[in-house]
Formats: sequence, structure tokens, C-alpha cells
Amino acid sequence: MAENTYSYYPGCSLHGTGKAYDLSARAVCRHLGIELRELQDWNCCGATSAHALDSWAAIALPGRNAAIAERAGLDVAVPCAACYSRQKTCEKALQEDQQARERLEKEMSFSYTGRARFKHLLEIIVKDYGLERLREKLTAPLTGVRAVGYYGCLLVRPPDVVGFDDPEDPRTLDDVILASGAELANWYAKTDCCGGSLALVRPDVCGQMVARILQQAKEAGADCIVVACPLCHSNLETRQPMASKLLRTDFEIPVLYFTEMLGLAMGLPPKRLGLNTHLISPRKILRRKPQAVGAAATVGGPAQRGPERQEEVAGEEEADG
Amino acid sequence: MARIGVFVCHCGTNIAKTVDVDRVAAAAARMPNVAYATTYLYMCSDPGQNIIKEAVKEHSLDRIVVAACSPSLHEKTFQKCAEAAGLNPYFSEMANIREQCSWVHSDREEATAKAIKLVQMAVARAYYDQELYQSQIPVHRRALVIGGGVAGIQAALDVAASGYEVVLVERTPSIGGRMAQFDKTFPTLDCAACILTPKMVEVASDPNVKIVTYAEVESVSGFLGNFEAVIRRRARSVRMDACNGCGVCYQKCPSKKIPSEFNAGLGTRTAIYVPFPQAVPNVPVIDRENCRYFLTGKCRICEKVCSAQAIDFDQQDEILKEQFGAIIVATGIDVLDHSIYGEYGYGRYPDVISGLQLERLINAGGPTQGILKRPSDGKEPESVVFIQCVGSRDDSKGFPYCSKVCCMYTAKHTILLKEKHPETEIYSFYIDIRSTGKGYEEFVRRAQEEFGVHYLRGRVSRVYPRGDKMVVMGVDSLLGQQVEVEADLVVLATAAQARSDAKELARKLNVATDRYNFFTEAHPKLRPVETLTAGVFLAGACQFPKDIPDSVASGSAAAAKVASMFSKPFLLSEPTVAEVLPLTCVGCLNCQSVCPFNAIDEVAFVNPLTREEKKVAKVNEGLCNGCGTCVAACYSSSIQLRGFTDEQIFRQIETALAP
Repeated sequence: MAENTYSYYPGCSLHGTGKAYDLSARAVCRHLGIELRELQDWNCCGATSAHALDSWAAIALPGRNAAIAERAGLDVAVPCAACYSRQKTCEKALQEDQQARERLEKEMSFSYTGRARFKHLLEIIVKDYGLERLREKLTAPLTGVRAVGYYGCLLVRPPDVVGFDDPEDPRTLDDVILASGAELANWYAKTDCCGGSLALVRPDVCGQMVARILQQAKEAGADCIVVACPLCHSNLETRQPMASKLLRTDFEIPVLYFTEMLGLAMGLPPKRLGLNTHLISPRKILRRKPQAVGAAATVGGPAQRGPERQEEVAGEEEADG
Repeated sequence: MARIGVFVCHCGTNIAKTVDVDRVAAAAARMPNVAYATTYLYMCSDPGQNIIKEAVKEHSLDRIVVAACSPSLHEKTFQKCAEAAGLNPYFSEMANIREQCSWVHSDREEATAKAIKLVQMAVARAYYDQELYQSQIPVHRRALVIGGGVAGIQAALDVAASGYEVVLVERTPSIGGRMAQFDKTFPTLDCAACILTPKMVEVASDPNVKIVTYAEVESVSGFLGNFEAVIRRRARSVRMDACNGCGVCYQKCPSKKIPSEFNAGLGTRTAIYVPFPQAVPNVPVIDRENCRYFLTGKCRICEKVCSAQAIDFDQQDEILKEQFGAIIVATGIDVLDHSIYGEYGYGRYPDVISGLQLERLINAGGPTQGILKRPSDGKEPESVVFIQCVGSRDDSKGFPYCSKVCCMYTAKHTILLKEKHPETEIYSFYIDIRSTGKGYEEFVRRAQEEFGVHYLRGRVSRVYPRGDKMVVMGVDSLLGQQVEVEADLVVLATAAQARSDAKELARKLNVATDRYNFFTEAHPKLRPVETLTAGVFLAGACQFPKDIPDSVASGSAAAAKVASMFSKPFLLSEPTVAEVLPLTCVGCLNCQSVCPFNAIDEVAFVNPLTREEKKVAKVNEGLCNGCGTCVAACYSSSIQLRGFTDEQIFRQIETALAP
């Protein structure tokens, strides 16, 4: 199969609340020459609900996606940390649990070869595509923006299931931030949990968890938090008023997907990256970003193939909150 | 024609519950060569053994088969019983119908049938038993103690007190070990140095003890009673006989910034140094890797200031070859390096320290003269958090085992801090408190109740800096709440682990280590200080983490084993060893390559009939453990294991396979 071609499993969030993630992921990949082919007829990974209620459903739901991916024969890019975790858990079962594999193969009528591996989009861009090549594409550095990378609890853990980065002090997002020309702030809530789906059932607990993370981001002097998960994004954004009340402060910290960060640093127009869909406007960051030299915009052009082709740098576009 | 007696044991209900012992005895009575068969409740007991002895007399038995437990438990018992009954002790056999039958089966019918089969096999084998005799081994009545910590010192003192010579080999420049680094000891709070240093002096002045410091055991050969150890005494660059210990050399040494191993990396030392002022021997060494003269060829200040002319830059490593009858391993433990813990900062935060480092920080002889100052800025901490089980009971990053001493030393640390500064807020995160020793539980209670240390049951998920404080985030699982504590200093009760080179030493000594590289004892309950290699004993924490009382006790225990061995005029070796039949041996020495005990030598052999001379293998009976590997490896079937001859094994197999 062609290099830089992946199956794409957006997961439910990216077709809903995480629209900006989907837009920016596609835009950034196109710019990098990474082709994403959305899996045909994919289904929900089961998320938090399945594995809390039915251990087989927790394997079978991602298992169906794995079967579809096997047929497509390409490694799968997964942007959502929760989907990624579920798919990796299923992948581990397929590889190590013979009983589970046989049952799954029977129920989904396929035979597992392991040729289609599930990878997080972050891993694909930083590890597969490579930081060196990526840097060449980042022609509109986000100088003057101070960011923290927030990995959440699922992206790099548990290490024997995912394991593409250090489980206690991951660096991949930090590398993205640095590559984009922003300043990396040091903080200690990188791998704390945002509350996940507790946002729905125990918003009080979720609010406290988010408050702690936001507080640390504020102490670190961050202008924005960079994430790689739609649920982290949703919690960190939507719970800011609640967190503000809890800590008697006024949080207004934009939360960006790492793909949005990269897209901006590539000079892609903010709207194309979905930056206009945020609840907390990233306007402040965009303003701070100095105009890229010699900018001229081409928006929404056809897929740009081949890394040698220099895409024109998009000018700054005001994103609405 | 043999007359075999079969004795089937009930082992209370252990066997009788699952195996119909009466049917086994009845079946045995009908087996060929069996003259008598009976059962008894506990065959190993005194009345049980009397039944055997009387049956031997009454029925003129010449061999006995005991169907009971594993031979590893009671083979010796019944061999002695056979001997007492007037038989050669090797005319006794055991059929294991407990561990290999009743304990692992539940179907009574099938278990009984299997027990009968096992007895049948033992009977078939007993028919071919031969008289075997133990041989005498001379003993070199000198002991080698490897490791000069408190366990090794105690072992050396006790062997010496029994009147035998001891060589105590220590790797570092001074004896004293871990205990010398400690401030005070639990649960009595007497100062470690006050009780250890007199022992160090005592062992140094004992005429029976020769202390070799700054030295390591390079290799060991030989066997029980007759070991030869090669010891490398590293060049000290200071003449032991000339140095008067005045200390001017290390006061004047210009290389002062070397992290002090003795102070757990916290303080510094010079290139010529004694690890601590009470060192024994009180003779400095030059650390050649850091000495300015050895690095650049210039300096020699120590030489100039030494009034005793004791500095000798040209000194060479010295190789000592010594004979020993027994070896005591007392190499102690390492402490887990907490830099594997990302959640505690990967060892990057200066104010997150290990318990051992705290010992040095509160010790009057330590880098801060006993005033607790935190490493980052020298501030005296107002709040301290202790985190227990760092690396212990942690399958994912550390070890699954409990390091045994940390609950106690953490309680000790908290009390010591509170005694000096009662206003210090102290928190201790724990999983469980394990304080099972004399006065231990009371001691922990004192920390909690009398000194008001906050014990929080739960794990710490993260430690990170905020301003000049460390934030400790954890859970109080009794309250079911997350807690966040700001501390000036965080102390980790890091796991005790095997020495990094324990496995290497184990290989030299031919003793086993467990999966954590701790030395393995011969039996976890009944032979705790012996190894499976005869003549090699264990003392102290090299076997498993031990506190001071346990280390001292095991040192004494190992010494007692050695002393009792040395008190005999000669040792007896097991006759169940391999034997080469030189007539058919072709001298290929395949056996030598497979022998795990280096027990096979090559010797010349003259055929008595043809007068032809050839090279053949020969088993060193002192070294052979009777494992039988060589027997299986021999191409020409020229090796037999006494007591386990091919004849015996094949009859057993045939019986097992017979319908």
C-alpha cells in the first residue's frame, strides 16, 4: 500500500462535538500528503459505556471496526484518545487472547492477520511521518503563544496497551507544540483525568477535575491547552464556567486540538480548521500570532499531494467564538 | 531373592482421605519380592519407625519401601530408620503418594490405583538397590565471609569465637555496610553507630579474623570443605602498614566535588578518602577514577603531606588465593533507584529523596551535620510527606514483594523528625502497616498517637513542584477522598532489591537465585541459611530484605552451621553421585560440558588388560550433586548415578507402563 495512506476512524465525536478535530485532522493530513480513507460503515467503539456494562461488547464493538480495517488492509488513524484506547484494547485481545480472537473472527466472519494496526493520529504524524519532515511544513510559526500539552489519562496509558510514549511524562504533544513555534510551558497535569464521561453523570466531580487541570494551566501561564482527544476538549472547554465558580476565578483558556495547532502553524485558514466552532474563542492566540511573511490564501483546494509541493501560506483569518 | 517390606503411611488424613491405604498395602503384599506390607497413621513418627524396625527383624526384610510423602521431606528419616534396623541406609526407597498423588487428585478410585502403581515402581526399583557408603571428606577449617555488613560481621565473630579462622572480604574501603549509614535503629532508637562501631572494632581486633577490604571475590572453585577462592584486593594506593590514619591527606586533597557513596549521593568526598570517620580500617583509599594525579599526572599533594609516607601511587591490585572449608555470603542489598517513577519526578526533583538519603541528612556524621536541610535550598522543612511502598508491592514498575523494613524505618524517620522539631507537619502515605516484630507495632503506634504523624492510607499519584514547595497528590482511601498536601520535602520508602551483581556472584559460587536475584536458601523453612551447594551459607539481606535483628540472627545461624561443620573430624559425602566406567568411556567429555557443578575432570586411565592408556572423565565426588545430567548426556552409557542406575530407572519405567 502506498506510503502515507491510512484508513481513518473518526469515531462518533468527530462527527459531532469534535467537528473541529475532524476538519483540522483532514486539512492537516492533506497538507502533509497523508491520505485518510474513512473506514466504510464503521461503528461506535463502545466508549466508556460498553466496558462498564458488558465485557464482550467492549471487545466486539471495536472488533467489528478491526474486521473492517483488516479488509481495507491499511493502518488506521484514530484521532480520539478514547476510541484509540478501546481499539488498542481490542487489538491486544486479538493478539494475545486466542479465545477472544476466535470468537470475534467467527462473529465478524473475518480472519485476523494484524496487518491493519490502529494508531493514534498523533503517533502517525509525529512518529510515522516524522518530526523532521513535519517541521519543514510548519512555515507560519506560532511565535509568542505559550501552550501546555494535555494528554489526559487514556492516550498514553496503560503502557502495555498503547505505549507510544512515556506514561508518566509523555512528550509527543510537547514536541508538536515546540515544532509549531509556540513556547512550551512546563506543567504537571499532563496525564491527569478530565473526568471523561462523568461530565454527564457526575458533572460536580468532573467540574472539580477540570478545575484542577485549568488551575495548573493557569499557574503555568498557558495561553492555550493543546489536546488530542475530543472528550478532553469538550470537558476542558465546556466546564470552564463551572470550574471558575468552584475556584472563584475567571478561566478563559482556549483549548486547541493539536491538529488545529499544526494547521495554524502551516498557515491554513482558521475556519478550515474549525477554529470558529470553539466555545472559548482562540481569538487571543490568533491575534498574537504574527502575520506570516508573504502570505496569500488558497482555501479548500484539492488534496495537495507530495511533500515537495509548497502550499501557499494562508493569511490570518479572524475566527469567531 | 529380595525380601521387601512396604510401609504405607496415612499421613493423618493427608493421604488416607484420597487414597485407600489399606488397599494399597494389600496390593503391595501381592507384589513380587514383597515379604510384608502394612499401614500406619504417621510412618515418620517414633511408633511408625518402630513398626518398620520390628518388621525388618520379624520378617527378615532386606529392603524397605515407604509409601508416604516426598523424599525431599523424609528420605533421610527413613534411611536412618533402615540403618537403625540394621540395613544399609540406601536399601530404603520412598514412593511419593502424597505430593504426587493424594494432594493433587480428588477421585479416590483413581488415586488409589495410581498409589498402587507408584508403590509397584518403588518396589521394582528397590530390588536393584545396592549397598552404598558415604565417603569421608577432609575439611579446611577456615571460613570465607563475603560482605562486611552487620550480618557478615556477626557471622565472622561467631565463627571466630568457635576457634576457627575467618577471612572477611568487603568490597568498599570499610566494613560496616548499610547499618553504618543509618542514623538510629527501630524500635529502640539507639544510634546505629553506637551499637555497630564496637562490633566493627571487635571483629577487626579478633586474632582469628582477617579483614580484606576494597576487595572482591573473583572466582571460587572446589567443594564442601575444600574451596579455593581467588580474591582481588584492589590497589588502595595507600600502604595499610604505614598509614597512621591522621587524615591530613583527605583534608588537603584538591578533588573535593565527588558525590559521596556513603552519603547516598548527597554530600561530597575527596578523591583520597575514608567513607566515614569510624571506618575500619581507618586507612584512606585513592579513587583512581577521580584522582587528579591519575587523571592528569600532576598533583601528588597527598603524598607530600603524608608524614607516614604511606601513599603509594604504584600499588597494584593484589590477587589472594586462599583455601576455605565453608563460605558465608552476606552481600546485602541495594536500594531501588526511584528515578523510574515518573509520577514522583523521575528523580529530577532534589527535594524528593529516598529513605536512605534521609538517614544521611539526619545523621550527625552526614553532609548537614544532622540538621535536616532539604537538598534544593538548604531550608529546614516545615512539612514532610513520606510515601511508602515505592517499588515494593508494585508489579508494574517495581517488585511484587514487600520489602519488609520500610514501614518500620518510615515510622522511625517520622519519630526522629518529630523529636527534633515537634512542629513539623508529617504525613505518611501507606498501603498497609506491616509491623510484625518485637515492639514494632507499639513503635508505629507511638508515631501515630504520641507524635501525631498523619498516617494516610492510600497511594500518591503525583508529586510536582509549586513555587518552592512540592505538591503531593494522593488519595485517602479510608475517607474515600483525594488529598493534596504541600510539602517542603518528600521522602520515598524505596524498595530493597538484590545487589545488581548478585547473579554474577551466585554463578561463581554455584548457588541459585530467585526471580528477583536474591540468593535462594536450601529450604525456605527448615534450611533457611543453607544453600543447595553444600558448604555455602547465607546471612543477612542478600537472601531477602531483612532488618538488623534478622540480619544478625541469620549471621549467627550461618556461623553456627559452619562451626558445627568444622567441629567434625571429617565430612561425609552423599554416595548417590555419578560414577564413570572408565573401560567404556571414550573421553569425549560431553559430560564435562553439561555438568552444572564443574564436577568432572579429565584423567588418564590405563586399561588393566591391554595396558593401553587413554583420557577418560572422572567425577569429583565432593562436587557432584547427583543431578544425573551427565548420565543422560553420555554417548557411550559409561556414567551411572549410584542409587539411580539405568537398571533401576528402566525397571521403574517398565513397571509404570505395564498394564
